[in-house]
Amino acid sequence: MTMTETPAQTRRLNTSKAMVEAIAQEMRANPEVFYLGEDVGAYGGIFSSTTGLLDEFGPSRIIDTPISETGFIGLAVGAATEGMRPIAELMFADFMGVCLDQIYNHMAKIHFESGGNVKVPMVLTTATGGGYSDGAQHSQCLWGMFAHLPGMKVVVPSMPADAKGLMAAAIRDDSPVVYMFHKGVMGLPWMAKNPRTTDVVPEGDYVVPIGKAAVAREGTDASIVTISLSVHHALDVAEKLAEEGLSIEVLDLRSLVPLDREAVLASVAKTGRLVVVDEDYHSFGMSGEVVASVADVDPGLFRAPPQRVAVPDIPIPYAHALEYAALPRHDRIEAAVRTVLG
Amino acid sequence: MTADVISSPATDALEAGVRRGLYDAMVLSRTYEEAILREYHADKGPGFDIGKGLVPGEMHLSAGQEPVAAGVCAHLTTDDAVTATHRPHHFAICHGMDLDKMTAEIFGRVDGLGRGRGGHMHLFDPATHFSCSGIIAEGYPPALGAAFAFQRRGTDRIAVAVTGEGAANQGAFHESLNLAALWKLPVVFVVEDNDWAISVARDDSTAIPNNADRAAAYGMPGERVEDNDVEAVYAAAGRAVARARAGDGPSLIEVHTLRLWGHFEGDAQGYRPELAEVPEHDPIPRYEAALREAGVLDDGGVSETKERASARVEAAIEFAKASPVPDPSTVLDYVFA
Ligand SMILES: Cc1ncc(C[n+]2csc(CCOP(=O)(O)OP(=O)(O)O)c2C)c(N)n1
Repeated sequence: MTMTETPAQTRRLNTSKAMVEAIAQEMRANPEVFYLGEDVGAYGGIFSSTTGLLDEFGPSRIIDTPISETGFIGLAVGAATEGMRPIAELMFADFMGVCLDQIYNHMAKIHFESGGNVKVPMVLTTATGGGYSDGAQHSQCLWGMFAHLPGMKVVVPSMPADAKGLMAAAIRDDSPVVYMFHKGVMGLPWMAKNPRTTDVVPEGDYVVPIGKAAVAREGTDASIVTISLSVHHALDVAEKLAEEGLSIEVLDLRSLVPLDREAVLASVAKTGRLVVVDEDYHSFGMSGEVVASVADVDPGLFRAPPQRVAVPDIPIPYAHALEYAALPRHDRIEAAVRTVLG
Repeated sequence: MTADVISSPATDALEAGVRRGLYDAMVLSRTYEEAILREYHADKGPGFDIGKGLVPGEMHLSAGQEPVAAGVCAHLTTDDAVTATHRPHHFAICHGMDLDKMTAEIFGRVDGLGRGRGGHMHLFDPATHFSCSGIIAEGYPPALGAAFAFQRRGTDRIAVAVTGEGAANQGAFHESLNLAALWKLPVVFVVEDNDWAISVARDDSTAIPNNADRAAAYGMPGERVEDNDVEAVYAAAGRAVARARAGDGPSLIEVHTLRLWGHFEGDAQGYRPELAEVPEHDPIPRYEAALREAGVLDDGGVSETKERASARVEAAIEFAKASPVPDPSTVLDYVFA
């Protein structure tokens, strides 16, 4: 982590502004960086991922595209192989179905297939997550799918400072990076939000290395390992349980690829009790992978069977009551923590 | 607007040097494919086991389609980008790819372009800005990106994007045409119409007889070249390349070409009623005869071209065979930069 500004900063930003600040700083520093996607220009991104960038950088670098995700993500791949540093935005992760081929067969494989001779230094930004009744095609997280497919890094910030630092790292990375921002962490004025979505963000050059988890809250009785908006929920639960004298650690993975398995092991070695919270689907995904990270190495660390709190294997429902029954919300997280505590 | 259909050779004869260059390129490409054919089948037996031998896996050879690659690539330098398909050898060769590295890749060796990670459908060569994709039509979008980068840098470099006629029914094809025209990207889209998409005839897959007509829907010029005529391809590509270099945007060229052999090796082609007549449409003897008649080639010239091609190709095969097989302990390498 590099920080060139003076410490003890107090400036607070919401996550979207922190993300945009990193993009702007990288664009100022490197003329090869450009951003393209649907409604990223005058609108500033449907989820405020590019607010104000058009004004500073103009339409030649902040580029509204036709609704041709295969076309413009593939364009980014080709521009990256020619040495540019494109950032392509897939408006919702749910839309991966129309363009996945360019993502997993091209963006993610060219470096490997070329034996390391051709780099694809691009960022694919995409909005994820539910909680606001957008239904089954606009509420998915899907990071487990991206993480399953080799060749792309997958970063998923939960906090404003990380949103900035991980974006800077993603743009500078010589490998393709999928940068997945949950709509619920952006701090949007038109969506329910956790107060943690506005926080201190370092000014100036600020890079958070990809692949390092952060201990969002230290604790000794149980570990909640999670990512994205669920970090906020987990912290809420940990605060509540602290009133009962329970000490709950919250580990924010921050990236799924690379996955900081060491940090998971270190936390479980300390607490012996693991709850994995994932807003993605339950089976074949992050929650199983995190449990396996411990089970593969030292299953004796578990003093209780690990618990998984994820979306049961159903599409995300529309009706609020059903959606909140499916999402890993506070009540389910708290119940899982109580289960591992026995 | 209906696209122009070029069915007769250009009236003004091309310079002898250009004609000889087209011939030489086609012969080199054919010689290469014949050598790969030989090597591929040398050790597949008993019977035919696709996973066996020094060159395992699917093998899509380009024999018969040389006029397309030769005619287009004659207008390019290695600073221009080419994105090709699952059938990439003729374009790779005519664009100037190093045959040693290309062949070593096809043999899966460490001196290959991708150190044995890619294979014949995945040739990536930074020296010639060449890439290909085994996913139908998905080589088009990356060509837009190369063209975008060239345009941004104020160069007159261009990108050529190649597909088969089967690919012209894919979404990526249409998205790419629109985007390239919208942003006036310096791209030449090339469709190789060899009548067949594996076993499906073009008339059974495509609602219109001429894919060049589709260019009109995207506001760009479209030309169809009939007869697999290398000089007509050369002429049409010359116009399209000049337009792209001048900053006037993309064009589409469809060439009615010929798949001389099967879709891939091992294809018995039982679906192909015209099979018996296919060899007589081979474009190379036809062009050779035309150049002899025009006095551009004689016996000496023909054997010189063929011997040079054969020596070059056999040297590449030797190079590939001498290159080490990748060490299994390196299997995890190159996933990330
Ligand atoms: C998206 C996709 N669908 C199907 C295939 C399987 N496939 C490989 S080649 C081919 C036919 C392609 O026909 P065409 O584009 O005309 O090229 P040709 O093989 O004739 O050169 C098909 C269907 C594929 N590789 N990719």
